[in-house]
Amino acid sequence: MIETTLSRRDFLKIGIAAGGGLLIGFSLEACGRKQQPAGTGTQAQTPAAMSRAESSTAFTPNAWLSISPDDVVTVQVASSEMGQGTMTGIAMLIAEELDADWDKVRAEFAPAEQVYFNPLLHRQHTGGSTAIRGFWNIVRKAGAVGRDVLVHTAAQQWNVDAEQCRAAKGVVYHDASQRSVRYGALAEAAASQPLPETVFLKEPGEFTLVGKATPRLDIPQKVDGSAVFGIDVQLPGLLVASVARCPVIGGTVKAFTADKALAVAGVKQVVKISSGIAVIAQHYWAAKKGRDALEIEWDEGPNSKLSTETILAQFAAALKNNKDLPERNDGNIEQGLKNAGKTLDVVYIAPYQAHVCMEPMNATADVRSDGCDVYAPTQGQTATQDTAMAITGLAREKVKVHTTFLGGGFGRRSEQDFISDAVECSKAAGKPVKVIWSREDDVMHDQYRPSTYNIMRGGVDKQGRIIAWEHRIAGPSILARLMADRAKDGHDFTSTEGAKNIPYTIDNTFVSYAMVNPGVPVGFWRSVGSSQNAYITECFFDELAKLAGRDPLQARLELMDKFPRHAGVLKMAAEKAGWGKPLPEGHAHGLAVAEAFTSYVAQVAEVSIERGKVRVHRITCVVDCGMTVNPDSIRAQMESGIVYGLTAALKGAITINNGRVMQSNFDNYPLLRIDECPDIEVHIMPSTEAPGGIGEPGVPPTAPAVANAVFALTGKPVHSLPIRLT
Amino acid sequence: MVTLSINGESHDVEMDSDTPLLWALRDGLLFNGTKFGCGIAQCGACIVLVDGRPVRSCVTPLSSVAGKKITTIEGLSSDRSHPVQQAWIEEQVPQCGYCQSGQILAVTALLNKTPQPSDTDIDDFMAGVLCRCGTYPRIRKAIKKAAELAGKTPKGV
Repeated sequence: MIETTLSRRDFLKIGIAAGGGLLIGFSLEACGRKQQPAGTGTQAQTPAAMSRAESSTAFTPNAWLSISPDDVVTVQVASSEMGQGTMTGIAMLIAEELDADWDKVRAEFAPAEQVYFNPLLHRQHTGGSTAIRGFWNIVRKAGAVGRDVLVHTAAQQWNVDAEQCRAAKGVVYHDASQRSVRYGALAEAAASQPLPETVFLKEPGEFTLVGKATPRLDIPQKVDGSAVFGIDVQLPGLLVASVARCPVIGGTVKAFTADKALAVAGVKQVVKISSGIAVIAQHYWAAKKGRDALEIEWDEGPNSKLSTETILAQFAAALKNNKDLPERNDGNIEQGLKNAGKTLDVVYIAPYQAHVCMEPMNATADVRSDGCDVYAPTQGQTATQDTAMAITGLAREKVKVHTTFLGGGFGRRSEQDFISDAVECSKAAGKPVKVIWSREDDVMHDQYRPSTYNIMRGGVDKQGRIIAWEHRIAGPSILARLMADRAKDGHDFTSTEGAKNIPYTIDNTFVSYAMVNPGVPVGFWRSVGSSQNAYITECFFDELAKLAGRDPLQARLELMDKFPRHAGVLKMAAEKAGWGKPLPEGHAHGLAVAEAFTSYVAQVAEVSIERGKVRVHRITCVVDCGMTVNPDSIRAQMESGIVYGLTAALKGAITINNGRVMQSNFDNYPLLRIDECPDIEVHIMPSTEAPGGIGEPGVPPTAPAVANAVFALTGKPVHSLPIRLT
Repeated sequence: MVTLSINGESHDVEMDSDTPLLWALRDGLLFNGTKFGCGIAQCGACIVLVDGRPVRSCVTPLSSVAGKKITTIEGLSSDRSHPVQQAWIEEQVPQCGYCQSGQILAVTALLNKTPQPSDTDIDDFMAGVLCRCGTYPRIRKAIKKAAELAGKTPKGV
């Protein structure tokens, strides 16, 4: 155990839970008065309660955890559950330090409150693969406080020293007297214990739950239809709305006629809101029919001539005119290219990609004069509150955010467009309204993964060493749209992540970025910049390796001395996949490695070409994400990231013509299907490093691993996605 | 008004007869386990069983299913004891979970037709049921597990 001082910034507080029982919650005042460390049974300490300060028993509505008299431990999870397993992971961390009985642990989604801000993001938000990384310390401390006060309570009741007691699976034991007592029976008395100044956190070797594959808490309700997603929210008198948006990006309503829409049975109201014309009805089908009957004249705005070709031309022109700003400059790239015996000068293009969460965008709002409730599958509780406050003019404490399960997130649900739709509609209707986007709305009005245009130059010397690497990127900036003050100098780290930080020491390395914002909205798409940059850099590396006549694995490893964790996963993936060993006729391996969100992932893809199509047979994946919380969730997220990456590598792309997104539904923006899904083998690198992110890092290596296998098979490099053989 | 037989009970729906079954289930009768995914029979999130066969409820007008036996996820079992649900829990299939009602009902129909499906049977039958989270490898394992469990228990829906 490691003794850890509770700091003011931990804001922890002990209180009585509603219905009796113990609650470990928050105090916004100073906490942790002077006192002695409290019992865990493994450290010498003063007898219980000798110098422990008095507690406050005031009821606090929000908490990290509560323990009821019937032993149920309820954990408040501040992060959103969109499939990545956070709900279970956070609960496991608390249960571990609490020494709870896992079978008695339940999890709920926390309301929007400042106390639930993710320490890494400074707001309540789920993104950047930060849930476990951000909450790792604070929720463990909350659990440890719970154990501490329960042990002390038992010790006091038995009139023994707390250090002679131990806790396990929701029970406190005093072995000397063979006494034991359940947490539930202690909970109410424990609520009047003072907050300890220090707690004892377990060392990884002492974990009994963390690090072990643990069934997810949310799975039972996801096999019987009872899990409540945003689209499932029901309220008395709830109306449902569908919004017609201008098909041209950035276009607005010039004029509209609602007569025919209002004539549809069930349609209640037609209102102009900031995103278009909303048809509010008794149920979705009436709203949709009403929407289809709207007569709208659009002002197509400034983007009506925009197309994929004009956008790529803008990107190319920016680089031609040297509008790119240096992001990294090691050595002398021009000299390096000059010294190289052989050089390459090629262009890589990454297309726009949509998120397409299986649950279409939706939100429910109930705006009243005295307050507003928003029920939403959102990744951003703080932002949701901000959005509703701006529309309603209500104070923060009057806006309640109820987070549901998210039917996929991938970054899309950090956006606010579906929230503002619902709040604006409810405000106009004076009733609770659920806005549901159609799939077409979702595909055509996304904030897409940036398309980028990349000029790659590189060179190898006579010994076959890569000595020059130049990567010039032109593309749109996510931050310029979402956090303009962080992108005003022309830099955007999200555009260069995965490019600036390649895991190779190359004497002459130059990376630059030209920000070009053609008007297509761009946003955070699972693994963000690393998703396209890993594709570009890892594929270009294979081109240079081939130029040098080198094996892609060996050529990489020689340059990876300073990147041991990258090298570790790469070597293990190559070994597990049988890199270099014979494969069936017509099959080839491709590999790639990337770090994203402080986790390291390498993948080897086994690929063939069948009837003119790329067939991925197997992907061997190794992840080093530091200490593991739930290994089964890690495996699941690697599988998930790989399938997500395969869709981007093999299936579709978002294209623009006349300012319109040309794709609209799964028929023209297809997803990978089960019959196209390879066997996936995931290995987790044992590690004692701090936990890394896990929701996103599986994505980046997939496209380049597959593309490199295709390159090995065909001899032709894959210079744009999705992979097309002709 | 249309009368539907859902999970063994009769329900009256006050909606136009051209309304898709999906919206009658969700907005009319609050069977929210059946999900809206695409509206054009491309993703399978809305699959329900009609007389044991998988049907895309987003494109199935109410009028066409009156009097037929409709099974939704809520009707598969009262306690998650159906072999497919059991297998889904055992293999820890769901991630976001949104597509899983459709997946589970499609698999139920597959196993009713083909109790011991091969990989090809699975590919052929399940290729039209999309999962954006990429639970396919686990779905494949869970189908085989469910086939094994179903062999040991009385036949399901």
